[in-house]
Amino acid sequence: MTARVRKDYQQARWNEPVIYELSLPGARGVLVPMPDGEVQAKAGDVLGRLPKGMRRAELPNLPELSQKHVLSHYLHLSQETLGSNITNDISEGTCTMKYNPRINEVLVGDPRFAELHPDQDEDTVQGILEIYHRFSQIIKEISGMDEVTFQPGGGNHAVYTAASVVRAYWAARGQLEQRNEIITTIFSHPCDAAAPATAGFKVITLYPDKQGIPDIEALKAAVSEHTAAIFMTNPEDIGIFNPRVDDFVRIVHEAGGLCFYDQANANAFLGVARAREAGFDMCHFNVHKTFGTPHGGEGPANGAFCCANELAPFLPVPRVVYDGKKYHLDYDKPQSIGKVRDFMGTAGVILKAYAWTMMMGAEGLRETADVSVINNNYMLAKMEGIRGLDYAFRGNGIRRQEQVRYTWEPLKNDTGVGTDDVNNRIADYGIEHYWTSHHPWVIPEPMTLEPCETYSIDDLDEYVEVIRTISEEAYADPAFVKAAPHRAASHRRNDDASLDDPAKWAVTWRAHVKKTRK
Amino acid sequence: MGEIVFPYIANSVPSVKKRMMDEIGIKSADDIFAEIPEHLRYKGTLNLPKPLLSEYEMRRHVEGLLAKNSSCEDHLSFLGGGTWQHYVPAVVDTIIERDEFLTAYVGDAYADHGKFQAMFEMASMVGELVDMDVVNTPTYDWANAIAIAVRMAARMNGRKEILVDASMSPKRLAVVKNYCLPDITVKLLDFDRVQGGMNLEDLKAKISSATSAVYFENPSYLGFIEGHGEEIARITHAVGAELIVGVDPSSLGVLTPPAQYGADIVCGELQPLGIHMQWGGGLSGFIATRDEPKYVAEYPSLLFGLTTTTQEGEHGFGQVYYERTSYASRERGKDFIGTTTALYGIAAAVYLALMGPQGMRDLGLGIMQRAAFAADLLGALPGVKAPYIAAPGFKEFVVNFDGTGKTVAEINQALLQQGIFGGKDLSGEFPELGQSALYAFTEVHTKDDIRRLALALDEALAAFPQVKA
Amino acid sequence: MTKKLGLIVNPFAGMGGRVGLKGSDGADTLQKALALGARPEAPRRAVEALSMLQDLKGALEIVAYPHEMGEDEARQAGFEPTVVGSIDRGHTMPEDTVRAAQDLMRLGVDLLLFVGGDGTARNVHDAVGDRVPALGVPAGVKIHSAVYATTPRAAGDLAKMVMEERVGAFHDAEVMDIDEDAFREGRVSSRLYGYLRVPADTGHVQNMKSGRAAGDEAALAAIAEHVIEAMEAHPDDLFIVGPGTTTRAIMDRLGLQGTLLGVDLVEGLRLVGSDVGERDLLERSQGRRSHVVVTVIGGQGYIFGRGNQQISPRVLAQVGLQSLMVVATRQKIASLRGGPLLVDTGDAEMDRRLSGYARVITGFHDEIVYRVEA
Repeated sequence: MTARVRKDYQQARWNEPVIYELSLPGARGVLVPMPDGEVQAKAGDVLGRLPKGMRRAELPNLPELSQKHVLSHYLHLSQETLGSNITNDISEGTCTMKYNPRINEVLVGDPRFAELHPDQDEDTVQGILEIYHRFSQIIKEISGMDEVTFQPGGGNHAVYTAASVVRAYWAARGQLEQRNEIITTIFSHPCDAAAPATAGFKVITLYPDKQGIPDIEALKAAVSEHTAAIFMTNPEDIGIFNPRVDDFVRIVHEAGGLCFYDQANANAFLGVARAREAGFDMCHFNVHKTFGTPHGGEGPANGAFCCANELAPFLPVPRVVYDGKKYHLDYDKPQSIGKVRDFMGTAGVILKAYAWTMMMGAEGLRETADVSVINNNYMLAKMEGIRGLDYAFRGNGIRRQEQVRYTWEPLKNDTGVGTDDVNNRIADYGIEHYWTSHHPWVIPEPMTLEPCETYSIDDLDEYVEVIRTISEEAYADPAFVKAAPHRAASHRRNDDASLDDPAKWAVTWRAHVKKTRK
Repeated sequence: MGEIVFPYIANSVPSVKKRMMDEIGIKSADDIFAEIPEHLRYKGTLNLPKPLLSEYEMRRHVEGLLAKNSSCEDHLSFLGGGTWQHYVPAVVDTIIERDEFLTAYVGDAYADHGKFQAMFEMASMVGELVDMDVVNTPTYDWANAIAIAVRMAARMNGRKEILVDASMSPKRLAVVKNYCLPDITVKLLDFDRVQGGMNLEDLKAKISSATSAVYFENPSYLGFIEGHGEEIARITHAVGAELIVGVDPSSLGVLTPPAQYGADIVCGELQPLGIHMQWGGGLSGFIATRDEPKYVAEYPSLLFGLTTTTQEGEHGFGQVYYERTSYASRERGKDFIGTTTALYGIAAAVYLALMGPQGMRDLGLGIMQRAAFAADLLGALPGVKAPYIAAPGFKEFVVNFDGTGKTVAEINQALLQQGIFGGKDLSGEFPELGQSALYAFTEVHTKDDIRRLALALDEALAAFPQVKA
Repeated sequence: MTKKLGLIVNPFAGMGGRVGLKGSDGADTLQKALALGARPEAPRRAVEALSMLQDLKGALEIVAYPHEMGEDEARQAGFEPTVVGSIDRGHTMPEDTVRAAQDLMRLGVDLLLFVGGDGTARNVHDAVGDRVPALGVPAGVKIHSAVYATTPRAAGDLAKMVMEERVGAFHDAEVMDIDEDAFREGRVSSRLYGYLRVPADTGHVQNMKSGRAAGDEAALAAIAEHVIEAMEAHPDDLFIVGPGTTTRAIMDRLGLQGTLLGVDLVEGLRLVGSDVGERDLLERSQGRRSHVVVTVIGGQGYIFGRGNQQISPRVLAQVGLQSLMVVATRQKIASLRGGPLLVDTGDAEMDRRLSGYARVITGFHDEIVYRVEA
């Protein structure tokens, strides 16, 4: 049986105007509840009492539309967007685009959550505090770490929190000036370099050895009395598990440094391998990817930062604590790094992740891990023989885990069609743009795919067939592939230079109007 | 027990899994995990709560937990201070619950054209509110926006000291301090606790050619309106520093946008624009500047720009100034970006499109009228001073209870008994204000709600022996 | 507006390779190659590269020298080239390449696409310097210059993007001067000859997940800031700054007139020596704390022994290896495709000492640890 390929797919293409072009002067989308006449009368001329110059002279130039027109406009825009719940989104390697259950949206819409104010009396928020506490216990068990905070607003933010904790740890020992270097690896997520740099550290990056594993000899050359910590992913973004990860930890510990485990790629290792057993002092999870909550087009997200007891005093405040009867928020942590985000973080993500985890249980998490690696190896096997396609460090004798970094280098050399072209073409088959890799490309013409547990055998077969089809197209008619997409919501941009030209770029409609006015 | 087929895991069907493993030539997933050395493997089964496998069971369980909460819907709330109770129109929820937006990723310009356009429209409408031409994709929250703005300024002018008005939100200040720790010094500017407003003498005394930026919030965290924006801008610009102003955008239908009194960078919080409070999880920050390359180059986050496509008349979108060139000392100060709060940006776009110019004006005016009405009622209660800080305010004001001999904690406990969440207790954050609370009034409050508050307060205070002469 | 692509084919480039000769410079070698049955490689590669530009037909004017120097190849690829100049058919010389490049530049081409090897790149450099963007289609044997794309099709693809104005940036790439006589005898004697302005093969696709990128210029500035910070911290030390555009960025940022191809000396942020030789280096660094700042030169990853021979083993021994600062952009490191950095100082003991792992400065407070081999 040949797998399906959506050959006649056509994405919605509404040629949707910008909302300002839809404005009907005087129209209203919603009316605002105005105060009672008595209130207005007693209040008097509130605007007249404003300090000089503080009364807005002209109304803001917002569009004016009836409610139906606002609704249909944004429905059109939603239809011109591919979300993971509606597509075969194996594409986003390192991002774990899994199914995001609808029930969880019902739960966060419950006013007993949606309409909670963060400064309510503790007695009135025992439910959400209990959810935080329960999910803390779950994360601690999954990581093996002693403490966790959910304040960071995403994975990168959790890595930044880690860097802040490392900074506070060394400052508390009076050694921050000396311990000013953080080591990372090139196939770790770039935030493992960028977040420590933001926190003021120098960053030292290790390259892989010939097998694609971070070079342990390079690590030995890198550690010194300046080493504050290592920040590393495992498996890295190329899907190869570093079997000597505990040696890395040992080498850094022996040099006096701390060890942080970036667990953005944790999905396939739930209940299989933990930060604790490898000896790490800290780790983090991208709650929004590993625990089934939606990405929201780039947030709201959540990063769970976990650490060993020794580092717990530095965690941001407040901490959720349980006294055996009631849950409390504890701000009394004198060594805390303070805050990385206002209030208690993205509580909705925690609520959804808790619900997801409660439906899965320990067996479900293990099944998630098992099916993720089976899916990936199945797909890798099916990709064999596609012309022009290879993958990084082929032949190193190591099985890939949850994802693979493929390379279109042979296709590029043969046809001139590179990964960016294939990526534009894949949209013509109803599949989301895939993840290549960060720049500069260490693996040429990369394509990083992560077929996590959500995807069925048919999804995997479809994806492979689409890849095979595009390869064939590239060999037959490279120009056609290079002109893609042909059936997406929008055609190709034809003037990228305008996006780099201060006289032409327009980040807002008003800027556009100013710059195009004759 | 037979093998569980998980609804969220298609290939957990045992026969399918077997077929796939046969294809790969393995007996179980353990053959793949064999790449992980034995001593690094977790042995046994994680000690997690027993799963609630059916959706119904799980829902019962979670709703059981949520039932332990009391919300601002079943109570009457006057809490603000960084998260505010506003009405969220149904259309906003409809749009941001669309699976296309909800489950999108960063995306690309063609297959996610709609998301790009929605983000561009968010920037366009927020840009009109703040009267600026460049607005970034949302940050984690307002605090994060200030932190980024401050670092942008420091990179632009190479200076390492910022002055911030001490009336700013202490929690936001804690975030800013954390971000500034490596190399930027944060100094506090005194403010007038009686009349409200920045102490300009203190500003003049502390500002110098070492000052990178001055930051204040308008309306302030304590609710009062800063009336000397122009003068602060003049003093700030005289030393070549940047003026950064934080703003609650729900005020901008009636209040002058900071750009018009000299702000160079404006930041603020989108939560009031159509995002549910969610226990403080509904926050989403923004940054806006003038459309000059020196500012545009410093944004660490994506900027969605409007352009053309090969199809005549079609709008296209892409990243503006994607490969930024180098300015001044930016190489020495870095930022990271990541997944922040894009979906809330779309919520804000839908909200502003629904509200329109008149809606934003009505919102602002109505809020001010309610607050003025409330201040009159509360200020008339014995021992109560409201507003405690004299300057005109927006949405919030400080209520002082020193004259009642009671603590805010005691009063709020009494109010809670009557189903009311009293204002935020400021005695921890601003001890110099005595027993004060920050009360917030928005369009959700009716005349009767405000009266009910006043009566409940009166009753609560009467239940205590009077101290006031 | 119609875009103009200038095409230059060195028809004999690459001929030596197939018959075991290294390079084809010099009339004798060429005759030898022909006698050995070598067939021209360059024309085929030129056609291959041009095939990538097929769908621009009509929107693109190809300007070429006659016959085998470009005209024939353009026609074979299905284009109607504008032909200028004249040649002695079957007997083209390096001078023809120089003349062709000058003529094409004068005609205002948007890109010079040349097919050849290291020698061809030198000829193009002699003719146009960095005044017009250029790009090499590899036809020669082991090429040391970094001005060539990896394959003919990759070159054609990049040329097409230039024609479509889809290339965001151009950068300076090295042209190496390899003494081919010495090379054939198994010795590599090379120096940095100069730079051509070539289109950057990256960054043209916006990579949303990575956020906004810093361009090559910003990367160079960040590296410069790192070195300048060290210069500020040690105002009394001598900084020996090797050749290259990466190191030139340091001088530019300091507002100093450095020499692109030579070794300069900086002390207290001031230029205290220009284009100095080994003897000067030994004298000036005698008995004082000195730092050596070098970059990767050429396409193969050399940090010593290619173009910076002035910084000799004796100089390195005197200065000490602990003060070595290697600078390179991440892009340059990526272009090594996992290969090591190389040293060839001419002194086996020094090469051994330099081998192992080196820290390479890739940005401000941003370093990598990278393998070095002799």
